[in-house]
Amino acid sequence: MIDYMTLKFIWWLLVGVLLVGFAIMDGHDMGVGTLLPFVAKDDVERRVVINTVGPHWDGNQVWFITGGGAIFAAWPLVYATAFSGFYWAMLAVLWALFFRPVGFDYRSKIANPTWRSTWDWGLFVGGFVPPLIFGVAFGNLLQGVPFHFDDTLRPFYTGSFWALLNPFALLCGMVSSAMITAHGAHYLMLRSEGDIFARSRTAALICAGIALLGFIAAGFWVAHLPGHVITAGADPAALPNPLDKQVALVPGGWLHNFQRHPWLWGVPGLGIAGLIGGALLAWARRPGLAFIASSLAMTGIIGTAGVALFPFVMPSSSDPASGLTAWDAVSSHFTLALMFGATLIFMPLIVFYTSWAYKVMAGKVTLDFIRANDKQAY
Amino acid sequence: MLTDELVDLSRLQFAVTAMYHFLFVPLTLGLAFILVIMESCYVLTGRQIYKDMTQFWGKLFGINFALGVTTGITMEFQFGTNWAYYSHYVGDIFGAPLAIEGLMAFFLESTFIGLFFFGWERLSKQKHLLVTFLMALGSNLSALWILIANGWMQDPVGADFSYVTMRMELTDFWAVVFNPTAQAKFVHTVSAGYVTAALFVLGISSWYILKGRDLEFAKRSFRIAAAFGFASVCSVIVLGDESGYTVTKSQQTKLAAMEGMWETHPAPAPFTLFALPDDATRTNRYALEIPWVMGIIGTRSLDKEIPGIKAIEAENRQRIASGVQAVKALEILRDKHADPAAKAAAQAVFETHKADLGFGLLLKKYVRDMNQVTPELIARAAADTIPKVAPMFWAFRLMVGLGFAFFALFAFALYYSLKDNFSEKTWLLRWAVWFIPMPWIACELGWFVAEYGRQPWTIYGVLPTHLSVSSLTPESLYGSLAGFVGFYTLLLAVELYLMVKFARQGPASLGNGRYGDTRFAAQASIVSPGTPAQRHPSDF
Repeated sequence: MIDYMTLKFIWWLLVGVLLVGFAIMDGHDMGVGTLLPFVAKDDVERRVVINTVGPHWDGNQVWFITGGGAIFAAWPLVYATAFSGFYWAMLAVLWALFFRPVGFDYRSKIANPTWRSTWDWGLFVGGFVPPLIFGVAFGNLLQGVPFHFDDTLRPFYTGSFWALLNPFALLCGMVSSAMITAHGAHYLMLRSEGDIFARSRTAALICAGIALLGFIAAGFWVAHLPGHVITAGADPAALPNPLDKQVALVPGGWLHNFQRHPWLWGVPGLGIAGLIGGALLAWARRPGLAFIASSLAMTGIIGTAGVALFPFVMPSSSDPASGLTAWDAVSSHFTLALMFGATLIFMPLIVFYTSWAYKVMAGKVTLDFIRANDKQAY
Repeated sequence: MLTDELVDLSRLQFAVTAMYHFLFVPLTLGLAFILVIMESCYVLTGRQIYKDMTQFWGKLFGINFALGVTTGITMEFQFGTNWAYYSHYVGDIFGAPLAIEGLMAFFLESTFIGLFFFGWERLSKQKHLLVTFLMALGSNLSALWILIANGWMQDPVGADFSYVTMRMELTDFWAVVFNPTAQAKFVHTVSAGYVTAALFVLGISSWYILKGRDLEFAKRSFRIAAAFGFASVCSVIVLGDESGYTVTKSQQTKLAAMEGMWETHPAPAPFTLFALPDDATRTNRYALEIPWVMGIIGTRSLDKEIPGIKAIEAENRQRIASGVQAVKALEILRDKHADPAAKAAAQAVFETHKADLGFGLLLKKYVRDMNQVTPELIARAAADTIPKVAPMFWAFRLMVGLGFAFFALFAFALYYSLKDNFSEKTWLLRWAVWFIPMPWIACELGWFVAEYGRQPWTIYGVLPTHLSVSSLTPESLYGSLAGFVGFYTLLLAVELYLMVKFARQGPASLGNGRYGDTRFAAQASIVSPGTPAQRHPSDF
């Protein structure tokens, strides 16, 4: 069996992989949902937009569900503390997601225009709200979240929902929303033609610009935020106990990892290069390559937040020593090894059959296709 | 502070969202395999009608599936949002099957459902059938892992408590997977789903036959549902009995409560067919008993005793007293400032009483400080370990009664299908139509018996429910509960509206011109006189 410390680090990487996987896969259909009311003018156009992701949104959503399940299994204390602490934010994500399955499946089953436009806005909410809130959540993680534990490791969250909506967090929310929407626009260009293609292209350029400016601004802001630094305890190889360390707050502390390992600047670099590259490729009408570029951009942007926080995953602002790290909020050695094995077996299979599903459904969705398949299409 | 109000609201929210989710799960589990059967007929015979059947029942499947997905995400969130301490305490074990469910099953189901609906033109017949099969396999594997997780809550095998990390940790994964409680539960639950779906198809097809509509379509659907349903209902009953057997080993309390067995009866115990259990006086009035039957079902023997409620409670009183020692020792072990000698002594005490730690934690509902525990409090905590008998007793009997009614219905349906004259048996067709909602009632009752009967524990014998909740305010719970009830009521109204609309439209909703009222006359003419097809649609 791989040693405990290495497995803890592997799981930090794997949670990152799942988050990036979620952003690339579910992100593109959420981006499409966000764009739905703006790039499609009439009912047939809207159905074209919806049907570009129709066969795939459900499978993509599992990235989100599996991400939640993996955090539960690998970082149970993070799952417990974050989900209960961010109670109303989590419910907002959940309730926004409610609109997706029913929106996709029920919308076109009835021809009434009010019915259809209601579900269109539902799909917008389901696509727009979750990435926004995830960005806001990351913004709050970088500032620390007010929580602590009692002796029995019961988490107590002492902040309010409204305190989550602070300026820095909203900036992060904007970056998240814009990068996901740009990514969705690239996908939509790939699968559509004519007016929808042209409008998606415009949206891609605008959103990539917003994401780029926001990301750079957030970077400068982070440089001045107090970063959490472990001063004692938290032995990476020890049995996990989050109450067994001391933590100091250091201005600019979130840049320590970059200063110690300068090659890590490549991670935010990938984010910036991906956004610029995506925009240029969208401008040059190369949506396939733009999609790859925006996937890399999101890898870089999510990776930047992860590297800045490392080894923290959920720092505490009210009791820094309670902050959760990749070393002390984890499952047992055996469970981490088991779940790593399960991931190694199933992840390649998932990538294989997902690719096959996209290959089967490849090609542009056209207005004529929708008109010819009125009863079968979404 | 974990008030009773907070705990009750958290339980209510979980019960409402879980039981609501479970309105959609059984139909998905079963209808997926009915679609596989119908499409296999299409691939084997090449007849268009089987493809139409797959597509029409698939349409209803999709309407149901959408809400299954919607409400399933709630369940995934809710352990973290509302049961944070539970998630910490047992996440090391419980999280694993949930994550594996996502990786192995949910991805499979959700990826292939897209191809099921949209891949008809792009895949060969065989490949599309494979897609349908993988979708059905995924949904059933999903149920497997969820029930492995749930089975572990009932019967927590393969795990051990660590005082350093202050949680349960996994020691034997295969013991969790092959937990007999989980396995019996899985087969019983998916079979119940198959019965639900079979009755859904049987009932709606019967309605078409009674109306004289789309007869060829309806009769073929009826036959498939009758055969599939009969096999499934046999499995439900046999595996329900198997659940009864395993329950005697791991959860005698649940069995005693659902049987209203206050006293330990000399072996073999009788089965109480009818009684009015009275929780206040702890007796059954008007009991009608069948000798020996309970002993045989519960122990598969004539000489083993099944402990009654009073005996279980007396034993639990001792376990709670022992658990007090475990909790006290644990507090010393967790204390950073305790001296090493005291810790060493505490460790020895802890190892002796560790198995009863969960029982000691039951007292945390009443006192924080274990030095203030009195015999009265122990007696009170022991009384808490017995779930209310009357609801368990009746829910169980109603479920079993419905199960046997399904058995009778499917037995007749299959018999007349084989004789090929079921379309003349209007009593049978009407029975099937009126029985459409019944499997849902039986499924919800089964869920209730399993989960309500587990109280006062979230993890039986390990973690009491009142310690499992998140540290939220009751106001948050009122708010979220109102939100869930509002959303779910609205969604249910929309779902039922669409389901009824498309079920009434029938295969004509496929829009391929082969079905519906325009064909009514032509179809009616080929049916022999005297069949219900001749009746006016408004007769029913």
